[in-house]
Amino acid sequence: MVKPTRVTNSIRALRFAAGELTQAELAERVGVTRQTIIAIEQGKYSPSLEVAFQIAHALGVRLDEVFGYPSTDHRTESS
Amino acid sequence: MAEHDMGFEEKIAWAGVIVSIVHFTIYLGVLLTRAATTPMPETPYVDAMLWSIGAAIVVMIVVSIIVAVTTGKDGHETDIRDKQIKARAEFTSRGLLIAAALAALIFAMLELDAFWIANVLYLGFFFSAMLEAITKIALYRGGVPAW
Repeated sequence: MVKPTRVTNSIRALRFAAGELTQAELAERVGVTRQTIIAIEQGKYSPSLEVAFQIAHALGVRLDEVFGYPSTDHRTESS
Repeated sequence: MAEHDMGFEEKIAWAGVIVSIVHFTIYLGVLLTRAATTPMPETPYVDAMLWSIGAAIVVMIVVSIIVAVTTGKDGHETDIRDKQIKARAEFTSRGLLIAAALAALIFAMLELDAFWIANVLYLGFFFSAMLEAITKIALYRGGVPAW
């Protein structure tokens, strides 16, 4: 099955690194449902930029430490 | 496969599918029973339709309260993902509602009986509600693709 989003994330690992933070606790801090955190972790949902920043803040790391996006080969060099 | 964890809105979508099927089946059953002795356009339908719609609304309110109480705080809140899924599902099902409205418009122009106009609209409500709920469930389970 094709993944709905190409955005990757390290939320699960970062939750454990942040003192075994549960999905419910992270959801509470970010202000979303626990199911949304699960969907993001499983790559079933790409969060808005605002929610992405809130997750990074809640985990105490930079945005690019939480989320990634695979680079494409056909990208052109413009400079 | 990982166990799927249903939130409040997904449970309500499932309830919507079941309630829609039940109330539509009962309405259709009553209508067809009455139509056995009366020509279809003259079949009394208004009371059955109103009861069917009214009962479905009441049942959904009761089910929502029960689901909210049993789900508890954990899955009760609605967030931006729920709103996005709702918007997608409404966008997907809107076509059926428009098709039913167009059919009703054409029936009115052709001066068909009110029976057919009311029932094609009722059919449109039913199928669009079904499609909306099924789309929600698919998005909750399969994920929300980017536009």
